[in-house]
Amino acid sequence: VSVVVLVESEEGRASLVSREALTFARSLGAGELHAVVVGAASEALLDDCRAAGVAVVHEAGDPALERYAAAAWAAVVEAAGRAARADLVVAPGTGRGNEVLAHVAARRRLQLAANVVRVESLSPLVVQRQVVGGAALEQAEVTSRVRLMTMAGHAVEPSPAAEPGEARVSPLSVPIDPKDLRAQVARVEVREQGDTSGLASAPVVVGAGRGAGGPEGFADVDALAARLGGAVGVSRVVTSLGWRPHHEQVGQTGSRIAPEVYIACGISGSIQHWAGCASSRTIIAVNTDPDAPMVTKADYAVIGDMHEVLPAVLAELG
Amino acid sequence: MTNVLVCVKRVPDVTGEVVLTGDGMRIDGRYAGYTTSPHEEAAVALAVQATEGSDGTVTVLSVGSPDSIEQIRAGIAVGATDGILVEADADTLGPADVAEAVAEVVRTREAAGSTYDLVLLGNDAADTGDFQVGVRLAYLLDRPVVAGIQQVELDGARAILRGEGPEGTEVYDVELPAVVTVLEGGVAPRYPNITGRMRAKKAAVDTVAWSGTAAGSGRQGLSVPEPPPTQVTVLGEGAAAVPALVDVLRELRVVPE
Repeated sequence: VSVVVLVESEEGRASLVSREALTFARSLGAGELHAVVVGAASEALLDDCRAAGVAVVHEAGDPALERYAAAAWAAVVEAAGRAARADLVVAPGTGRGNEVLAHVAARRRLQLAANVVRVESLSPLVVQRQVVGGAALEQAEVTSRVRLMTMAGHAVEPSPAAEPGEARVSPLSVPIDPKDLRAQVARVEVREQGDTSGLASAPVVVGAGRGAGGPEGFADVDALAARLGGAVGVSRVVTSLGWRPHHEQVGQTGSRIAPEVYIACGISGSIQHWAGCASSRTIIAVNTDPDAPMVTKADYAVIGDMHEVLPAVLAELG
Repeated sequence: MTNVLVCVKRVPDVTGEVVLTGDGMRIDGRYAGYTTSPHEEAAVALAVQATEGSDGTVTVLSVGSPDSIEQIRAGIAVGATDGILVEADADTLGPADVAEAVAEVVRTREAAGSTYDLVLLGNDAADTGDFQVGVRLAYLLDRPVVAGIQQVELDGARAILRGEGPEGTEVYDVELPAVVTVLEGGVAPRYPNITGRMRAKKAAVDTVAWSGTAAGSGRQGLSVPEPPPTQVTVLGEGAAAVPALVDVLRELRVVPE
Protein backbone atom coordinates (compact mmCIF):
# COMPACT_ATOMS: atom_id res chain seq x y z
CA VAL A 1 0.00 0.00 0.00
CA SER A 2 1.18 3.51 -0.65
CA VAL A 3 0.09 7.11 -0.46
CA VAL A 4 0.35 9.38 -3.49
CA VAL A 5 0.79 13.12 -2.99
CA LEU A 6 0.32 15.65 -5.79
CA VAL A 7 3.33 17.97 -5.64
CA GLU A 8 3.11 21.40 -7.25
CA SER A 9 6.26 23.21 -8.16
CA GLU A 10 6.89 26.85 -7.30
CA GLU A 11 10.03 28.68 -8.34
CA GLY A 12 11.69 25.39 -9.18
CA ARG A 13 11.06 23.57 -5.90
CA ALA A 14 8.14 21.84 -4.23
CA SER A 15 5.66 24.53 -3.15
CA LEU A 16 5.29 25.19 0.57
CA VAL A 17 1.78 23.72 0.75
CA SER A 18 3.00 20.65 -1.20
CA ARG A 19 5.79 20.13 1.34
CA GLU A 20 3.20 20.47 4.09
CA ALA A 21 1.05 17.84 2.34
CA LEU A 22 4.05 15.49 2.08
CA THR A 23 4.79 15.91 5.79
CA PHE A 24 1.17 15.29 6.65
CA ALA A 25 0.84 12.24 4.38
CA ARG A 26 4.03 10.75 5.80
CA SER A 27 2.81 11.24 9.37
CA LEU A 28 -0.23 9.05 8.63
CA GLY A 29 2.02 6.02 8.32
CA ALA A 30 -0.38 4.65 5.74
CA GLY A 31 2.30 3.16 3.46
CA GLU A 32 5.14 4.07 1.17
CA LEU A 33 5.19 7.75 0.24
CA HIS A 34 4.95 8.54 -3.49
CA ALA A 35 4.81 11.90 -5.22
CA VAL A 36 3.31 12.80 -8.58
CA VAL A 37 4.48 15.84 -10.54
CA VAL A 38 3.30 17.25 -13.84
CA GLY A 39 6.20 18.47 -15.97
CA ALA A 40 9.88 17.74 -15.45
CA ALA A 41 10.86 17.43 -11.78
CA SER A 42 13.74 19.82 -11.07
CA GLU A 43 16.70 18.75 -8.91
CA ALA A 44 15.53 21.11 -6.13
CA LEU A 45 12.07 19.57 -6.20
CA LEU A 46 13.57 16.08 -6.01
CA ASP A 47 15.68 17.25 -3.05
CA ASP A 48 12.50 18.41 -1.31
CA CYS A 49 10.94 15.01 -2.02
CA ARG A 50 13.98 13.15 -0.70
CA ALA A 51 13.98 15.21 2.49
CA ALA A 52 10.27 14.51 2.93
CA GLY A 53 10.88 10.76 2.69
CA VAL A 54 9.41 10.17 -0.79
CA ALA A 55 10.32 6.77 -2.25
CA VAL A 56 9.14 7.28 -5.83
CA VAL A 57 8.41 10.43 -7.86
CA HIS A 58 5.98 9.76 -10.73
CA GLU A 59 6.83 12.27 -13.40
CA ALA A 60 4.44 13.06 -16.25
CA GLY A 61 6.45 14.96 -18.84
CA ASP A 62 4.00 14.88 -21.78
CA PRO A 63 4.32 18.20 -23.67
CA ALA A 64 0.52 18.24 -24.02
CA LEU A 65 0.47 19.00 -20.29
CA GLU A 66 2.65 22.09 -20.46
CA ARG A 67 -0.35 24.36 -20.25
CA TYR A 68 -2.52 23.59 -17.22
CA ALA A 69 -5.66 21.53 -17.78
CA ALA A 70 -7.27 20.21 -14.60
CA ALA A 71 -8.87 17.17 -16.26
CA ALA A 72 -5.56 16.09 -17.82
CA TRP A 73 -3.79 16.56 -14.49
CA ALA A 74 -6.47 14.38 -12.94
CA ALA A 75 -5.71 11.67 -15.52
CA VAL A 76 -2.06 11.89 -14.42
CA VAL A 77 -2.97 11.58 -10.74
CA GLU A 78 -5.15 8.56 -11.54
CA ALA A 79 -2.30 6.94 -13.46
CA ALA A 80 0.14 7.59 -10.59
CA GLY A 81 -2.38 6.11 -8.16
CA ARG A 82 -2.56 2.95 -10.27
CA ALA A 83 1.22 2.74 -10.68
CA ALA A 84 1.71 3.12 -6.92
CA ARG A 85 -1.24 0.89 -6.01
CA ALA A 86 -2.35 3.69 -3.75
CA ASP A 87 -5.63 3.77 -1.91
CA LEU A 88 -4.98 7.20 -0.44
CA VAL A 89 -4.33 10.30 -2.56
CA VAL A 90 -3.46 13.65 -1.01
CA ALA A 91 -3.14 17.05 -2.68
CA PRO A 92 -2.30 20.48 -1.32
CA GLY A 93 -5.43 22.51 -0.53
CA THR A 94 -4.58 25.10 -3.17
CA GLY A 95 -6.75 26.20 -6.08
CA ARG A 96 -5.14 23.55 -8.27
CA GLY A 97 -4.95 20.82 -5.66
CA ASN A 98 -8.64 21.13 -4.84
CA GLU A 99 -9.60 21.39 -8.52
CA VAL A 100 -7.58 18.39 -9.68
CA LEU A 101 -8.79 16.09 -6.90
CA ALA A 102 -12.38 17.20 -7.55
CA HIS A 103 -11.86 15.95 -11.12
CA VAL A 104 -10.45 12.65 -9.88
CA ALA A 105 -13.42 12.30 -7.53
CA ALA A 106 -15.93 13.01 -10.30
CA ARG A 107 -14.22 10.68 -12.80
CA ARG A 108 -13.97 7.78 -10.41
CA ARG A 109 -17.15 8.51 -8.45
CA LEU A 110 -15.22 8.80 -5.21
CA GLN A 111 -15.70 11.03 -2.22
CA LEU A 112 -13.30 13.91 -1.66
CA ALA A 113 -12.63 15.54 1.69
CA ALA A 114 -11.33 19.07 1.04
CA ASN A 115 -9.12 21.07 3.38
CA VAL A 116 -8.42 18.41 5.96
CA VAL A 117 -6.51 19.49 9.06
CA ARG A 118 -6.40 16.20 10.94
CA VAL A 119 -7.04 12.50 10.42
CA GLU A 120 -8.92 10.89 13.32
CA SER A 121 -8.82 7.36 11.91
CA LEU A 122 -7.50 5.80 8.72
CA SER A 123 -9.95 2.99 8.24
CA PRO A 124 -12.65 3.95 8.17
CA LEU A 125 -11.24 7.31 7.15
CA VAL A 126 -12.52 9.96 9.54
CA VAL A 127 -11.17 13.47 9.14
CA GLN A 128 -11.48 16.91 10.61
CA ARG A 129 -11.77 19.43 7.82
CA GLN A 130 -12.13 23.16 7.61
CA VAL A 131 -15.57 24.53 6.83
CA VAL A 132 -16.86 28.11 6.96
CA GLY A 133 -13.42 29.22 5.80
CA GLY A 134 -11.74 27.66 8.79
CA ALA A 135 -14.05 29.23 11.39
CA ALA A 136 -15.45 25.75 12.11
CA LEU A 137 -14.35 22.15 11.70
CA GLU A 138 -16.40 19.29 10.32
CA GLN A 139 -15.78 15.71 11.35
CA ALA A 140 -16.58 13.63 8.29
CA GLU A 141 -16.30 10.01 7.26
CA VAL A 142 -15.02 9.02 3.83
CA THR A 143 -16.29 5.58 2.86
CA SER A 144 -14.90 5.28 -0.67
CA ARG A 145 -12.37 2.49 -1.12
CA VAL A 146 -9.87 4.92 -2.62
CA ARG A 147 -9.69 7.88 -0.27
CA LEU A 148 -9.10 11.39 -1.61
CA MET A 149 -8.25 14.42 0.46
CA THR A 150 -6.71 17.84 0.17
CA MET A 151 -4.73 19.30 3.04
CA ALA A 152 -5.66 22.72 4.35
CA GLY A 153 -2.74 25.06 3.81
CA HIS A 154 -0.56 25.65 6.87
CA ALA A 155 -2.27 23.06 9.08
CA VAL A 156 1.13 21.41 9.61
CA GLU A 157 4.69 22.63 9.22
CA PRO A 158 6.85 20.89 6.66
CA SER A 159 9.53 18.79 8.33
CA PRO A 160 12.15 16.36 7.06
CA ALA A 161 11.65 12.61 7.46
CA ALA A 162 13.83 10.72 9.96
CA GLU A 163 15.15 8.74 6.98
CA PRO A 164 15.36 10.59 3.67
CA GLY A 165 13.64 8.85 0.78
CA GLU A 166 15.17 7.72 -2.49
CA ALA A 167 12.85 9.89 -4.62
CA ARG A 168 13.47 7.62 -7.59
CA VAL A 169 12.05 9.19 -10.74
CA SER A 170 9.55 6.95 -12.50
CA PRO A 171 8.42 8.36 -15.86
CA LEU A 172 4.66 8.20 -16.21
CA SER A 173 3.32 7.88 -19.70
CA VAL A 174 -0.33 8.87 -19.69
CA PRO A 175 -2.41 8.84 -22.85
CA ILE A 176 -4.24 12.16 -22.76
CA ASP A 177 -7.82 12.05 -24.02
CA PRO A 178 -8.50 15.17 -26.17
CA LYS A 179 -11.66 15.58 -24.08
CA ASP A 180 -9.45 16.30 -21.08
CA LEU A 181 -7.95 19.25 -22.93
CA ARG A 182 -11.28 20.93 -23.69
CA ALA A 183 -10.60 23.33 -20.82
CA GLN A 184 -6.92 24.21 -20.94
CA VAL A 185 -5.11 27.46 -20.18
CA ALA A 186 -4.73 29.22 -23.55
CA ARG A 187 -2.27 31.82 -22.27
CA VAL A 188 -1.03 33.45 -19.09
CA GLU A 189 -1.08 37.22 -18.72
CA VAL A 190 1.80 37.93 -16.39
CA ARG A 191 0.91 40.43 -13.69
CA GLU A 192 2.54 43.80 -14.11
CA GLN A 193 2.76 46.16 -11.19
CA GLY A 194 2.03 45.31 -7.58
CA ASP A 195 2.72 41.65 -8.20
CA THR A 196 1.77 39.86 -5.02
CA SER A 197 1.69 36.37 -6.46
CA GLY A 198 4.06 35.56 -3.59
CA LEU A 199 1.52 36.66 -0.96
CA ALA A 200 0.89 33.10 0.22
CA SER A 201 4.60 32.49 0.82
CA ALA A 202 5.82 36.02 1.72
CA PRO A 203 7.91 36.16 4.92
CA VAL A 204 6.33 39.48 5.90
CA VAL A 205 2.87 40.73 5.00
CA VAL A 206 1.71 44.28 5.66
CA GLY A 207 -2.08 44.29 5.67
CA ALA A 208 -4.56 47.12 5.49
CA GLY A 209 -8.31 47.36 5.86
CA ARG A 210 -11.02 49.98 5.97
CA GLY A 211 -8.72 52.10 8.15
CA ALA A 212 -6.71 52.94 5.03
CA GLY A 213 -9.55 55.34 4.26
CA GLY A 214 -9.43 55.10 0.48
CA PRO A 215 -7.37 53.97 -2.49
CA GLU A 216 -4.87 56.77 -1.79
CA GLY A 217 -4.34 55.52 1.79
CA PHE A 218 -1.92 52.71 0.90
CA ALA A 219 1.30 54.62 0.18
CA ASP A 220 2.81 53.87 3.60
CA VAL A 221 1.55 50.29 3.49
CA ASP A 222 3.29 49.76 0.14
CA ALA A 223 6.41 51.51 1.43
CA LEU A 224 6.61 49.39 4.61
CA ALA A 225 6.07 46.16 2.65
CA ALA A 226 8.88 47.20 0.29
CA ARG A 227 11.16 48.18 3.19
CA LEU A 228 10.64 44.78 4.87
CA GLY A 229 10.86 42.82 1.62
CA GLY A 230 7.29 41.64 2.04
CA ALA A 231 3.93 41.72 0.30
CA VAL A 232 0.76 43.75 0.76
CA GLY A 233 -2.41 41.97 1.87
CA VAL A 234 -5.82 43.57 2.26
CA SER A 235 -9.19 42.78 3.80
CA ARG A 236 -12.32 41.93 1.82
CA VAL A 237 -13.89 45.36 2.26
CA VAL A 238 -10.86 46.92 0.56
CA THR A 239 -11.28 44.83 -2.59
CA SER A 240 -15.09 45.10 -2.52
CA LEU A 241 -14.74 48.89 -2.51
CA GLY A 242 -12.32 48.60 -5.42
CA TRP A 243 -9.43 50.23 -3.51
CA ARG A 244 -7.04 47.37 -4.29
CA PRO A 245 -7.09 44.33 -6.63
CA HIS A 246 -8.60 41.06 -5.45
CA HIS A 247 -5.36 39.11 -5.73
CA GLU A 248 -4.14 41.01 -2.66
CA GLN A 249 -7.06 39.87 -0.52
CA VAL A 250 -6.31 37.82 2.57
CA GLY A 251 -9.14 35.73 3.98
CA GLN A 252 -11.68 33.03 3.33
CA THR A 253 -12.32 34.19 -0.23
CA GLY A 254 -8.75 35.35 -0.81
CA SER A 255 -5.25 34.10 0.01
CA ARG A 256 -4.24 32.10 3.07
CA ILE A 257 -0.99 33.50 4.39
CA ALA A 258 1.58 32.14 6.85
CA PRO A 259 4.32 34.77 7.14
CA GLU A 260 6.81 35.19 9.96
CA VAL A 261 5.15 38.51 10.72
CA TYR A 262 1.78 39.90 9.72
CA ILE A 263 1.29 43.60 10.39
CA ALA A 264 -2.45 44.26 10.18
CA CYS A 265 -3.26 47.96 9.92
CA GLY A 266 -6.77 49.29 10.26
CA ILE A 267 -8.27 45.79 9.96
CA SER A 268 -11.01 44.92 12.46
CA GLY A 269 -10.45 41.17 12.03
CA SER A 270 -13.66 39.48 10.88
CA ILE A 271 -13.85 35.67 10.96
CA GLN A 272 -13.36 35.69 7.19
CA HIS A 273 -10.15 37.66 7.47
CA TRP A 274 -8.90 35.66 10.43
CA ALA A 275 -9.39 32.46 8.40
CA GLY A 276 -6.74 33.71 6.01
CA CYS A 277 -4.16 35.05 8.46
CA ALA A 278 -4.41 32.82 11.55
CA SER A 279 -1.32 30.82 10.52
CA SER A 280 0.96 33.87 10.73
CA ARG A 281 3.71 33.22 13.24
CA THR A 282 3.51 36.67 14.83
CA ILE A 283 0.66 39.13 14.37
CA ILE A 284 1.04 42.84 15.05
CA ALA A 285 -2.14 44.90 14.93
CA VAL A 286 -2.31 48.64 14.44
CA ASN A 287 -5.81 49.85 15.17
CA THR A 288 -7.62 52.77 16.77
CA ASP A 289 -10.02 50.37 18.52
CA PRO A 290 -8.42 48.45 21.42
CA ASP A 291 -11.36 46.00 21.41
CA ALA A 292 -11.17 45.07 17.71
CA PRO A 293 -10.84 41.25 17.30
CA MET A 294 -7.63 41.81 15.32
CA VAL A 295 -6.13 43.53 18.38
CA THR A 296 -7.30 41.03 20.99
CA LYS A 297 -6.13 38.09 18.86
CA ALA A 298 -2.78 39.66 17.98
CA ASP A 299 0.57 39.06 19.67
CA TYR A 300 1.43 42.77 19.72
CA ALA A 301 -0.69 45.84 19.21
CA VAL A 302 -0.27 49.55 18.77
CA ILE A 303 -3.42 51.50 19.52
CA GLY A 304 -3.56 54.33 17.05
CA ASP A 305 -4.26 55.54 13.55
CA MET A 306 -2.25 53.70 10.89
CA HIS A 307 -1.73 57.01 9.09
CA GLU A 308 0.11 58.31 12.14
CA VAL A 309 1.90 55.07 13.09
CA LEU A 310 3.20 53.88 9.69
CA PRO A 311 5.06 57.08 8.71
CA ALA A 312 6.73 56.98 12.13
CA VAL A 313 7.71 53.33 11.61
CA LEU A 314 9.21 54.15 8.20
CA ALA A 315 11.12 57.09 9.70
CA GLU A 316 12.39 54.94 12.57
CA LEU A 317 13.54 52.19 10.18
CA GLY A 318 15.30 54.75 8.01
CA MET B 1 -28.63 33.85 -27.67
CA THR B 2 -26.84 32.50 -24.66
CA ASN B 3 -28.71 31.16 -21.68
CA VAL B 4 -26.82 31.15 -18.43
CA LEU B 5 -27.80 29.16 -15.36
CA VAL B 6 -26.33 30.40 -12.08
CA CYS B 7 -26.47 28.15 -9.03
CA VAL B 8 -26.58 29.94 -5.68
CA LYS B 9 -26.60 28.63 -2.15
CA ARG B 10 -28.36 30.08 0.87
CA VAL B 11 -25.84 30.05 3.70
CA PRO B 12 -25.81 31.34 7.28
CA ASP B 13 -24.24 34.79 7.57
CA VAL B 14 -21.23 34.19 9.78
CA THR B 15 -19.49 37.54 9.55
CA GLY B 16 -19.63 37.87 13.32
CA GLU B 17 -19.64 34.49 15.01
CA VAL B 18 -20.36 30.87 14.13
CA VAL B 19 -23.18 29.45 16.25
CA LEU B 20 -24.00 25.72 16.06
CA THR B 21 -27.35 24.05 16.61
CA GLY B 22 -27.76 22.09 19.84
CA ASP B 23 -26.91 18.75 18.19
CA GLY B 24 -23.74 20.20 16.67
CA MET B 25 -24.77 19.10 13.18
CA ARG B 26 -25.63 22.44 11.60
CA ILE B 27 -24.70 26.08 11.69
CA ASP B 28 -27.48 28.04 13.32
CA GLY B 29 -28.31 31.07 11.22
CA ARG B 30 -31.45 32.07 13.09
CA TYR B 31 -29.91 35.09 14.79
CA ALA B 32 -27.37 36.35 12.30
CA GLY B 33 -29.53 35.61 9.27
CA TYR B 34 -28.79 34.13 5.87
CA THR B 35 -27.10 35.36 2.75
CA THR B 36 -25.93 34.17 -0.68
CA SER B 37 -22.54 32.47 -0.67
CA PRO B 38 -20.12 35.25 -1.78
CA HIS B 39 -18.60 33.50 -4.79
CA GLU B 40 -22.12 32.85 -6.09
CA GLU B 41 -23.10 36.47 -5.65
CA ALA B 42 -20.13 37.22 -7.93
CA ALA B 43 -21.33 34.51 -10.34
CA VAL B 44 -24.72 36.23 -10.66
CA ALA B 45 -23.01 39.57 -11.32
CA LEU B 46 -20.79 37.96 -13.98
CA ALA B 47 -23.74 36.30 -15.69
CA VAL B 48 -25.73 39.54 -15.80
CA GLN B 49 -22.71 41.45 -17.09
CA ALA B 50 -21.91 38.85 -19.76
CA THR B 51 -25.45 38.82 -21.16
CA GLU B 52 -26.17 42.55 -20.87
CA GLY B 53 -27.19 44.11 -24.17
CA SER B 54 -27.87 40.69 -25.73
CA ASP B 55 -31.03 38.62 -25.83
CA GLY B 56 -29.43 36.05 -23.54
CA THR B 57 -31.10 35.04 -20.29
CA VAL B 58 -29.89 34.43 -16.76
CA THR B 59 -31.69 31.87 -14.61
CA VAL B 60 -30.87 31.63 -10.92
CA LEU B 61 -31.19 28.17 -9.38
CA SER B 62 -30.92 27.13 -5.77
CA VAL B 63 -31.08 23.69 -4.18
CA GLY B 64 -32.42 24.10 -0.68
CA SER B 65 -35.33 24.90 1.61
CA PRO B 66 -38.27 27.05 0.44
CA ASP B 67 -36.49 29.98 2.15
CA SER B 68 -33.82 29.81 -0.56
CA ILE B 69 -36.28 31.68 -2.77
CA GLU B 70 -34.95 34.80 -1.01
CA GLN B 71 -31.53 34.18 -2.60
CA ILE B 72 -33.11 33.49 -6.00
CA ARG B 73 -35.10 36.71 -5.87
CA ALA B 74 -31.98 38.62 -4.79
CA GLY B 75 -30.36 37.42 -8.02
CA ILE B 76 -33.35 38.49 -10.10
CA ALA B 77 -33.32 41.89 -8.37
CA VAL B 78 -29.82 42.56 -9.73
CA GLY B 79 -30.67 41.58 -13.28
CA ALA B 80 -31.33 37.84 -13.63
CA THR B 81 -34.34 36.81 -15.72
CA ASP B 82 -36.03 34.07 -13.72
CA GLY B 83 -35.46 31.38 -11.13
CA ILE B 84 -35.73 27.71 -10.25
CA LEU B 85 -35.94 26.30 -6.74
CA VAL B 86 -35.07 22.65 -6.27
CA GLU B 87 -36.65 21.91 -2.93
CA ALA B 88 -34.51 19.73 -0.70
CA ASP B 89 -33.03 19.74 2.78
CA ALA B 90 -29.60 21.03 1.80
CA ASP B 91 -28.08 19.83 5.08
CA THR B 92 -28.73 16.19 4.21
CA LEU B 93 -27.13 16.49 0.76
CA GLY B 94 -23.50 15.94 -0.07
CA PRO B 95 -21.68 17.61 -2.98
CA ALA B 96 -22.41 14.70 -5.35
CA ASP B 97 -26.13 14.97 -4.52
CA VAL B 98 -26.24 18.70 -5.24
CA ALA B 99 -24.47 18.12 -8.57
CA GLU B 100 -27.08 15.42 -9.40
CA ALA B 101 -29.94 17.74 -8.51
CA VAL B 102 -28.62 20.51 -10.77
CA ALA B 103 -27.83 18.08 -13.60
CA GLU B 104 -31.38 16.80 -13.45
CA VAL B 105 -32.76 20.30 -13.99
CA VAL B 106 -30.38 20.97 -16.89
CA ARG B 107 -31.33 17.69 -18.58
CA THR B 108 -35.05 18.18 -18.04
CA ARG B 109 -34.95 21.69 -19.50
CA GLU B 110 -32.87 20.48 -22.39
CA ALA B 111 -35.41 17.74 -23.16
CA ALA B 112 -38.03 20.51 -23.17
CA GLY B 113 -36.02 22.49 -25.71
CA SER B 114 -34.09 25.06 -23.65
CA THR B 115 -30.34 24.73 -23.26
CA TYR B 116 -28.23 26.34 -20.59
CA ASP B 117 -25.11 27.06 -22.60
CA LEU B 118 -23.18 28.14 -19.55
CA VAL B 119 -23.67 26.99 -15.97
CA LEU B 120 -22.00 29.11 -13.30
CA LEU B 121 -21.50 28.04 -9.68
CA GLY B 122 -19.41 29.30 -6.81
CA ASN B 123 -15.95 27.77 -6.55
CA ASP B 124 -16.80 26.61 -3.03
CA ALA B 125 -19.74 27.21 -0.72
CA ALA B 126 -19.15 29.59 2.20
CA ASP B 127 -20.47 27.06 4.70
CA THR B 128 -19.55 23.51 3.58
CA GLY B 129 -16.47 24.38 1.49
CA ASP B 130 -16.45 21.14 -0.52
CA PHE B 131 -14.79 22.62 -3.65
CA GLN B 132 -16.33 20.05 -6.02
CA VAL B 133 -20.00 20.55 -6.94
CA GLY B 134 -19.24 22.36 -10.22
CA VAL B 135 -16.68 19.79 -11.34
CA ARG B 136 -19.00 16.89 -10.54
CA LEU B 137 -21.84 18.61 -12.44
CA ALA B 138 -19.61 19.02 -15.51
CA TYR B 139 -18.85 15.30 -15.60
CA LEU B 140 -22.54 14.43 -15.20
CA LEU B 141 -23.30 16.66 -18.20
CA ASP B 142 -20.15 15.71 -20.13
CA ARG B 143 -19.07 19.35 -20.44
CA PRO B 144 -15.71 21.07 -20.03
CA VAL B 145 -15.27 22.83 -16.68
CA VAL B 146 -12.97 25.57 -15.42
CA ALA B 147 -12.70 26.43 -11.73
CA GLY B 148 -11.76 29.65 -9.98
CA ILE B 149 -12.83 32.08 -12.71
CA GLN B 150 -13.22 35.82 -12.09
CA GLN B 151 -14.11 37.20 -15.51
CA VAL B 152 -16.44 35.85 -18.18
CA GLU B 153 -16.87 37.10 -21.74
CA LEU B 154 -19.27 35.47 -24.16
CA ASP B 155 -18.23 35.27 -27.78
CA GLY B 156 -20.82 33.42 -29.79
CA ALA B 157 -20.43 29.73 -29.12
CA ARG B 158 -17.35 30.29 -26.94
CA ALA B 159 -16.55 31.75 -23.55
CA ILE B 160 -13.34 33.61 -22.71
CA LEU B 161 -12.60 33.04 -19.04
CA ARG B 162 -10.00 34.63 -16.78
CA GLY B 163 -8.79 33.55 -13.35
CA GLU B 164 -5.69 34.00 -11.21
CA GLY B 165 -3.07 31.27 -11.52
CA PRO B 166 0.28 30.89 -9.78
CA GLU B 167 2.10 32.92 -12.46
CA GLY B 168 -0.48 35.46 -13.50
CA THR B 169 -3.94 35.69 -15.02
CA GLU B 170 -4.82 32.46 -16.80
CA VAL B 171 -7.02 32.80 -19.87
CA TYR B 172 -9.26 29.99 -21.10
CA ASP B 173 -11.12 29.92 -24.37
CA VAL B 174 -13.78 27.25 -23.99
CA GLU B 175 -16.43 25.98 -26.33
CA LEU B 176 -20.01 26.12 -25.02
CA PRO B 177 -21.84 24.42 -23.43
CA ALA B 178 -19.56 24.56 -20.40
CA VAL B 179 -19.52 24.73 -16.62
CA VAL B 180 -17.56 27.42 -14.78
CA THR B 181 -16.96 27.93 -11.07
CA VAL B 182 -16.45 31.48 -9.91
CA LEU B 183 -14.27 33.19 -7.32
CA GLU B 184 -15.37 36.62 -6.18
CA GLY B 185 -13.17 39.60 -6.86
CA GLY B 186 -13.25 40.01 -10.64
CA VAL B 187 -16.56 41.81 -10.91
CA ALA B 188 -18.08 44.73 -9.03
CA PRO B 189 -20.92 43.69 -6.72
CA ARG B 190 -24.38 44.63 -8.00
CA TYR B 191 -26.95 46.27 -5.77
CA PRO B 192 -30.67 46.12 -6.51
CA ASN B 193 -32.58 49.27 -7.42
CA ILE B 194 -36.32 49.79 -6.98
CA THR B 195 -37.16 48.48 -10.46
CA GLY B 196 -35.06 45.39 -9.81
CA ARG B 197 -36.78 44.73 -6.50
CA MET B 198 -40.21 45.12 -8.10
CA ARG B 199 -39.28 42.76 -10.91
CA ALA B 200 -37.89 40.22 -8.46
CA LYS B 201 -41.19 40.18 -6.59
CA LYS B 202 -43.13 39.39 -9.74
CA ALA B 203 -40.66 37.17 -11.59
CA ALA B 204 -41.53 33.54 -12.16
CA VAL B 205 -39.74 31.05 -9.92
CA ASP B 206 -40.38 27.43 -10.76
CA THR B 207 -40.33 25.01 -7.87
CA VAL B 208 -39.38 21.41 -8.45
CA ALA B 209 -38.86 18.65 -5.92
CA TRP B 210 -35.67 16.64 -5.99
CA SER B 211 -36.46 12.97 -6.40
CA GLY B 212 -32.99 11.51 -5.94
CA THR B 213 -31.64 9.47 -3.06
CA ALA B 214 -29.08 11.42 -1.09
CA ALA B 215 -25.63 9.92 -0.66
CA GLY B 216 -25.01 12.54 2.04
CA SER B 217 -21.88 14.36 3.06
CA GLY B 218 -20.44 11.96 5.64
CA ARG B 219 -20.74 14.68 8.27
CA GLN B 220 -20.53 13.37 11.82
CA GLY B 221 -20.52 16.72 13.55
CA LEU B 222 -19.29 20.28 13.62
CA SER B 223 -17.17 22.08 16.14
CA VAL B 224 -15.96 25.61 16.59
CA PRO B 225 -12.37 25.79 17.76
CA GLU B 226 -12.03 27.70 21.05
CA PRO B 227 -10.42 31.06 20.45
CA PRO B 228 -7.17 31.19 22.38
CA PRO B 229 -7.25 33.60 25.35
CA THR B 230 -5.90 37.00 24.45
CA GLN B 231 -2.15 37.27 24.93
CA VAL B 232 -1.71 40.60 23.25
CA THR B 233 1.12 42.85 24.36
CA VAL B 234 0.02 46.42 23.84
CA LEU B 235 3.10 48.38 22.86
CA GLY B 236 1.49 51.74 23.45
CA GLU B 237 -0.51 54.42 21.68
CA GLY B 238 0.14 56.24 18.44
CA ALA B 239 3.57 57.28 17.25
CA ALA B 240 4.92 57.02 20.81
CA ALA B 241 4.71 53.22 20.52
CA VAL B 242 6.74 53.09 17.33
CA PRO B 243 10.23 52.60 18.84
CA ALA B 244 8.89 49.58 20.76
CA LEU B 245 7.24 48.29 17.57
CA VAL B 246 10.46 48.60 15.60
CA ASP B 247 12.32 46.79 18.41
CA VAL B 248 9.86 43.90 18.03
CA LEU B 249 10.42 43.81 14.25
CA ARG B 250 14.20 43.73 14.79
CA GLU B 251 13.90 40.96 17.40
CA LEU B 252 11.82 38.95 14.92
CA ARG B 253 14.62 39.50 12.38
CA VAL B 254 12.39 40.78 9.62
CA VAL B 255 14.18 44.10 9.09
CA PRO B 256 16.69 43.78 6.24
CA GLU B 257 19.84 45.69 7.15
